[in-house]
Amino acid sequence: MTEALLKRSFYGFLMLVIVVILNFLLLQAAPGDVVDSIVADAGGASEEVVARIRAEYGLDQPIYIQLLTYLKNMLRGDLGYSFHYDAPVFSLIVDHLPATIMLSLSAIIIAVIVGTLLGTIAAINPKGIISHIVTVLSLLGYATPVFWLGMMVLILFAYTFPIFPVFGMRSVPAPETSFGQVLDIIHHMILPALTLSILFVASYSRISRAAMLDVMGSDYIRTARAKGIPERVVVFKHALKNAGLPIVTIAGLQLSHAFSGAVLVETVFSLPGVGPLLLESITGRDYPVMLGILQGSAMMVIVANIITDMLYRMLDPRIRGNV
Amino acid sequence: MGSKYHDKVISDPLVSGDGEAVINVPIEGWRETFSMFCGNFVAVMGALGIIIVILVSIIGPIILDADPFEMVGTPLSEPFGEFLLGTDYLGRDVFAGIVYGAKPTVLIAISSTLITVVVGLSIGALSGFYGGWIDNVLMRITEFFQVLPSIVLAMVLVAVFEPGLISIIFAIGITHWTSLARLTRAEFLRIKERELVLAQRAIGATNMRLIWRVILPNALPPLIISMTLTVGICILFEAALSFLGLNDPDTITWGLMIGLSRDFFFEAWWTVTFPGLAILLTVLCIALIGDGLNDALNPKLRQR
Amino acid sequence: MNQAIENSIEPVLDVRSLCVDFDTKRGPVRVLDDISFSLNAGSTLGIVGESGCGKSMTALALMGLVPSPPGRISSGEILLHGENLLEASKKRMRALRGDKISMIFQEPMTSLNPVYTVGNQVAESIIYHQNVTKEEAREQVIELLRSVQIPAPERRIDEYPHQLSGGMRQRVMIAMALACEPLVLIADEPTTALDVTVQAQIFELLLEIQKQRNIAIILITHDMGAIAELADDVVVMYAGHKIEEGSTIEVINDPLHPYTQGLLRCMPDIGEDDSEVRQPLFEIVGNVPDLANRGAGCPFAPRCTARVDECSTLPETQLLKDGRRVKCWRPQSTMPMPEVTAS
Repeated sequence: MTEALLKRSFYGFLMLVIVVILNFLLLQAAPGDVVDSIVADAGGASEEVVARIRAEYGLDQPIYIQLLTYLKNMLRGDLGYSFHYDAPVFSLIVDHLPATIMLSLSAIIIAVIVGTLLGTIAAINPKGIISHIVTVLSLLGYATPVFWLGMMVLILFAYTFPIFPVFGMRSVPAPETSFGQVLDIIHHMILPALTLSILFVASYSRISRAAMLDVMGSDYIRTARAKGIPERVVVFKHALKNAGLPIVTIAGLQLSHAFSGAVLVETVFSLPGVGPLLLESITGRDYPVMLGILQGSAMMVIVANIITDMLYRMLDPRIRGNV
Repeated sequence: MGSKYHDKVISDPLVSGDGEAVINVPIEGWRETFSMFCGNFVAVMGALGIIIVILVSIIGPIILDADPFEMVGTPLSEPFGEFLLGTDYLGRDVFAGIVYGAKPTVLIAISSTLITVVVGLSIGALSGFYGGWIDNVLMRITEFFQVLPSIVLAMVLVAVFEPGLISIIFAIGITHWTSLARLTRAEFLRIKERELVLAQRAIGATNMRLIWRVILPNALPPLIISMTLTVGICILFEAALSFLGLNDPDTITWGLMIGLSRDFFFEAWWTVTFPGLAILLTVLCIALIGDGLNDALNPKLRQR
Repeated sequence: MNQAIENSIEPVLDVRSLCVDFDTKRGPVRVLDDISFSLNAGSTLGIVGESGCGKSMTALALMGLVPSPPGRISSGEILLHGENLLEASKKRMRALRGDKISMIFQEPMTSLNPVYTVGNQVAESIIYHQNVTKEEAREQVIELLRSVQIPAPERRIDEYPHQLSGGMRQRVMIAMALACEPLVLIADEPTTALDVTVQAQIFELLLEIQKQRNIAIILITHDMGAIAELADDVVVMYAGHKIEEGSTIEVINDPLHPYTQGLLRCMPDIGEDDSEVRQPLFEIVGNVPDLANRGAGCPFAPRCTARVDECSTLPETQLLKDGRRVKCWRPQSTMPMPEVTAS
């Protein structure tokens, strides 16, 4: 297993390097650069001043040298500096990442649990009411814009029935105890997490229904029934573990979609995550931050893919034995 | 098969040079698929819905003859009053916005889908057909696009190339081709091994011919479903980008309407609810069509 | 074990006039028509016929595993040691299944759950039907694996199905079926998916087990050779009907129904090679009828060379002598005609 992990990690690292390089090159195509925004902030400057600032930041060097410098700095944890925020890019991203990760993860976990449960029940009774709910829900979930859903949810549960807070991740002033603070965060995160998860519940319930229906027709299920064990054991022990394999794989692949959704949901709920950070950096032409976010999200997705891969290996004994 | 089939072979100019080259496109099959689709109530509803949307987008502006950006009434007036769907914070007519917003929404979605189809099909077909190092390289490229979250990449692309119609269409198209590419590749890999293809090779068909006239027509059913669903995804994506403010400033789209009224949606729910409903219903219709196509084509898929 | 039963002449399993229908869009289709047979402890009954004749469906009906939305048992009785299974509650049926009556299937490759160990799956029936601890169950499983001739059972018990060969997997299936010492073991084409050499081993194993445990076996197969080797009695089925029945020796030496005769002639004759002219392989002309569109009359009539006008009505089952039955108006014996009485 560790050998597989090492191989996979190495491969992921290679991927990351290529992605980092390509991202860097992508941003070279942007009109203007850091210097332009500095100069604009300052209200304009003469040609020589501009040239001097350029040289200072190494922006007059040929691209490949700039790339190498960038890569070297990356290894030291230096992703550049943001003039817009007046802070190192790295710390900016690290400050904003937790909210996004919390949101994406909780949404996916809720979605997998609820979705699998609904899908399993729907598979047991393919013509029953739950199955129809699953079909309708999956269609609606596919068609609903997630940011609009967030707004509707807010209107309903924060305005019409003011149960939940409207924006942000913490109340001001924050509660005294750390337990109180944790509860406060959860209180703030419930609506955004639910909003994001609804979309994924829709697709997981459909996928797990299909996977379970497929598995339930297998020969080994017939064998299990022939042994006279109770039906719920047949479904939840024998069938679910086999259907779980494709579900886990798909859940892992959906992580980048969850991230995309999180970006939008954060904007609606004013959560201090990577989404609003990216948006502001775009309007402010803050290229170092944009680039940093690209790299950061790529890395997260690659890591998530490796974890999913390992998880799948652990679940499926057929792969475990052979690396 | 039978005489209808034979006629097609002879009258097809591309074929008559070869003589008896066989094109395995069952004509009756498409008719059968169409009638199965029409028997599906929800699918037909979906198709009707889309037709309504298209009609509204073309005829609506002609009938209404208004400027959705123009301030025509009291700001934030409620719906079902003077204005059917109310007005936003600048006094702009929500109904006019929806009617005028239909065309750009649909056009952008279709254009992006075209890019997705061209890129996705080509990469998938070449990858699946040639295999070997071509497959490897193309798959790495596909992975690169899959690793970056689509919104993040699209946002950066639009920012880098300045928000405008072209950059938006390009950004949406370029972030969504990977699933179509994978699907196409899988289909090509599967069909490549069938006797039909081997027989064609045996009579000396060129690679181009094999790809275009033999494998691709047989790979079409699942690809068509994917393409249909892609249109829906592109609509949602364009709405997201416009909502965030990365839009073409001269065009009104439904997503833009939601984004513009973001600060007022508590007091004036109609400014965001109706445009959102428009998006939801349109994409829902597309999903119903996709589902209907899936059901109609599935028996054939199983046969193959 | 089954000593008490051995001493009585009462059959362990008695099937009477079993009828199974499937509800299709075109109306109900009868897939099993008036099937009757009985089985004694320590003996093997073979059920033989082409694909689609209903032999597997019979097995499923015995186990209570007929897929219930389209299928239903319309009439008849299945008496397991006197108890009518068709009147048993679902709970009772589950208690009996795997405990008193068990089954092994055709495809050992796919009949075991790939994500659980072999030991886990064999122990499952023990744990659910008997009140034992996990450790006791494990001991029993090791013994079971040993009794089906799996080498190094202490090691195999923790392995996964994909680590075993087809023959070994089938042995595991047999162990699983025998775990709770059932009265009846149904084997549905147990060796069709295996190599010929492994086939022989599995047959030997089944004979061994039967001798040791005095268990009744139903062997379902399309292979007359297997019937000849293993079965004491045989039932021949065609299109959902039982068309011939008797002891194996009698049926093979003196087949009465034209279909049975055809089946036996289909077996290639690898005998002494002193015939100058090589015979072409015999085949019964025609196809198995579509059960939904069959029409009345003898199901085999369309393909029967001895067909007469009477055959347009369904024949009655004739009892010729003790245990010997045939469902035909004109059974064609190659031996002198015995006394015919209707049954």
